[in-house]
Amino acid sequence: MNYRLDHLKELESESIFILREVAAQFQNPVLLFSGGKDSIIVSYLAKKAFYPAKMPFTMLHIDTGHNFSETIAYRDFWVKELGCRLIVGSVQEAIDQGKVVEEKGYNASRNFLQTAVLLESLENGKYDAAIGGARRDEEKARAKERFFSHRDEFGQWDPKNQRPELWNLFNARKHLGEHFRVFPISNWTELDVWQYLALEKVPLPNLYFAHKRKVFLRDGILLADSEFIPKKPDEQVVEMTVRCRTIGDVTCTGVWESNATSIEAIIAEVAASRKTERGGRTDDKRSDTAMEDRKKDGYF
Amino acid sequence: MNSELLRFSTAGSVDDGKSTLIGRLLFDSKSIFEDQFEAVKSASERRGEEGVNLALLTDGLKAEREQGITIDVAYRYFSTPKRKFIIADTPGHIQYTRNMVTGASTSNVALILVDARQGILEQTRRHAIISSLLQIPHLVICINKMDLVGYDQVVFDSIREEFEGFASKLDVHDVTFIPISALNGDNVVERSTKMGWYEGTTLLYYLENVHIGSDHNHIDTRFPVQYVIRPYSDAFHDYRGYAGRVAGGILKKGDRVMVLPSGFTSTIDKIDTADGELNEAFAPMSVTVLLKDDIDISRGDMIVRENNQPKVAQDIELRICWFNEKPLQLKGKYEIRHTTQAARCIVQEIQYKMDVNTLHRNLEDKTVRMNDIARISIRTTKPLLVDSYFKNRITGSVILVDEGTNETVAAGMVI
Ligand SMILES: Nc1nc2c(ncn2[C@@H]2O[C@H](COP(=O)(O)OP(=O)(O)OP(=O)(O)O)[C@@H](O)[C@H]2O)c(=O)[nH]1
Ligand SMILES: [Mg+2]
Repeated sequence: MNYRLDHLKELESESIFILREVAAQFQNPVLLFSGGKDSIIVSYLAKKAFYPAKMPFTMLHIDTGHNFSETIAYRDFWVKELGCRLIVGSVQEAIDQGKVVEEKGYNASRNFLQTAVLLESLENGKYDAAIGGARRDEEKARAKERFFSHRDEFGQWDPKNQRPELWNLFNARKHLGEHFRVFPISNWTELDVWQYLALEKVPLPNLYFAHKRKVFLRDGILLADSEFIPKKPDEQVVEMTVRCRTIGDVTCTGVWESNATSIEAIIAEVAASRKTERGGRTDDKRSDTAMEDRKKDGYF
Repeated sequence: MNSELLRFSTAGSVDDGKSTLIGRLLFDSKSIFEDQFEAVKSASERRGEEGVNLALLTDGLKAEREQGITIDVAYRYFSTPKRKFIIADTPGHIQYTRNMVTGASTSNVALILVDARQGILEQTRRHAIISSLLQIPHLVICINKMDLVGYDQVVFDSIREEFEGFASKLDVHDVTFIPISALNGDNVVERSTKMGWYEGTTLLYYLENVHIGSDHNHIDTRFPVQYVIRPYSDAFHDYRGYAGRVAGGILKKGDRVMVLPSGFTSTIDKIDTADGELNEAFAPMSVTVLLKDDIDISRGDMIVRENNQPKVAQDIELRICWFNEKPLQLKGKYEIRHTTQAARCIVQEIQYKMDVNTLHRNLEDKTVRMNDIARISIRTTKPLLVDSYFKNRITGSVILVDEGTNETVAAGMVI
């Protein structure tokens, strides 16, 4: 007998270990749900980790109000499927109440407003851990993350002074008002995620598969035509066959030309791709350290 | 799609070329995406560098780019048809030794870089000692910047000899030496045409082929209980499962087992997962174990075999690496974390500090400061179920936490 695990099983086992550790070490953990494949896989793994009991986490969605309609439909379906409770933090409400101010202009996005709403939602719910689907291979600041990532009382990340994290021993001690972000799929790559979703036959939002959509080109990125993005006079809307590689807010999620209508075709496409998945994220492009800056402030 | 995972980390003194090597490895193995490369290229141009600085592929933080050094571990991923790799690129700067230990603690292979012009430095020795304390099964000494010493075999041989002399006093078993130029890519992915005298393999070939099958302990059965699963549903009314990750040995359905620290024995009724029951489980699988008898078991307990038990100990000897600016306090109290257990401990004795240059035991100056390696004795408030770290990296490792600041202040290995 050869006692070896293949890489997907080893990654699954690691993630399940982390999720159980969260349940054991925190009083009131919450699972952040964005509607994208990474938060789908984390919640799917959470279901597996506590089988046959229900997962001991509530789900939290920070809703910018600028979603693809498919995302909300999928979210409601998935919450039912998992049998867990959903809490929604609304960016629209925060705008209406004057807590945050909407950006103006063609490239306006509510992406940045999410941080304030997220931190307020965590505080209101007295959540001491927020589980996220960030992966280290996504982005250079995320490549520096711990599994258990400490946040001070302002929700801030201090990348220059992270706690050492040794072996599988996770130190979740904190002072009152502080919290942790926990990233169970830190070590998964985009390809791992797709291979696993295929293997496990996890239902996915249609946005990931090639479909016809009205789109326009801005700064080299294809964006979905939507009432939430004002178009410049010279921007032409055309219909194309596209799919999303990541799913975020409509205003900052680029779509890609693709004919991949099955998960196998997506895997082949991802394996052959010469661009990173976040290459289509305009939120990362605002500056060289856009992700690091947002993360320091408490972003996902 | 069914491949094995190898985790490796870099080590060595500041500026020896660790990040450049990882960048080169990723670039030459075609694991860099166009937009990543473009971003690094334009960042290099903005910085007024001559070529494309491949170290920027891992040095992603603003502060790292400003200072031109690595501060915290960067994790990178790539795969070849043979294997999948998880890379931890760690900092060489002494101030960030704790981050080097973080990256190294879970790796199968450590790449220790040496600048061919400088030879073995104090920080090279410190990292080699830490790698040996961490029992990283395989060490590769990459003698780098060979381009700056005319690709000279004499330089390579003399550094190799010096390291071998030093390593003979360490507990390391599998050491390989490779002459490279991370900057130009010699012997990283492609064989160098400038070092005909070198008969070994390239670094990538080594990483693809080194035998890691026996890096887990499959002999001594250890199952630390992490979480108790009670569904409280009609369908699973009496279900009481002990969830955890196998830390050693093999668990089989029907096995007689003992639960520590209580000492009660029972039989494995089921090994459960969300995908169905298993007949056996081994490290590093996450499973749920059900026993035939109703025993009171909670997080921190351990399921083992009666004829092969860990030590049940309150007095424990440790080798530690100290991470905090505030020195270790003799008679000080810390939280200790071990597998899924936490307790408090008091530092009873500091036996000695290790001099990283000579490997001598310093019995006079026993103030253990940041980055020091020492041997200490502790007493815990409750018994821990420990193995020697040599026998099992999971059940033999602990961390110490300062109860005031909540910082992780030390990594400890059970002797
Ligand atoms: N000539 C030459 N220069 C090299 C080589 N490898 C690295 N360098 C240079 O050495 C300097 C330091 O390289 P890094 O890769 O940042 O070193 P490091 O070991 O990652 O440093 P820390 O992470 O801060 O400890 C850079 O200027 C590199 O370009 C090499 O093979 N030849
Ligand atoms: Mg570096």
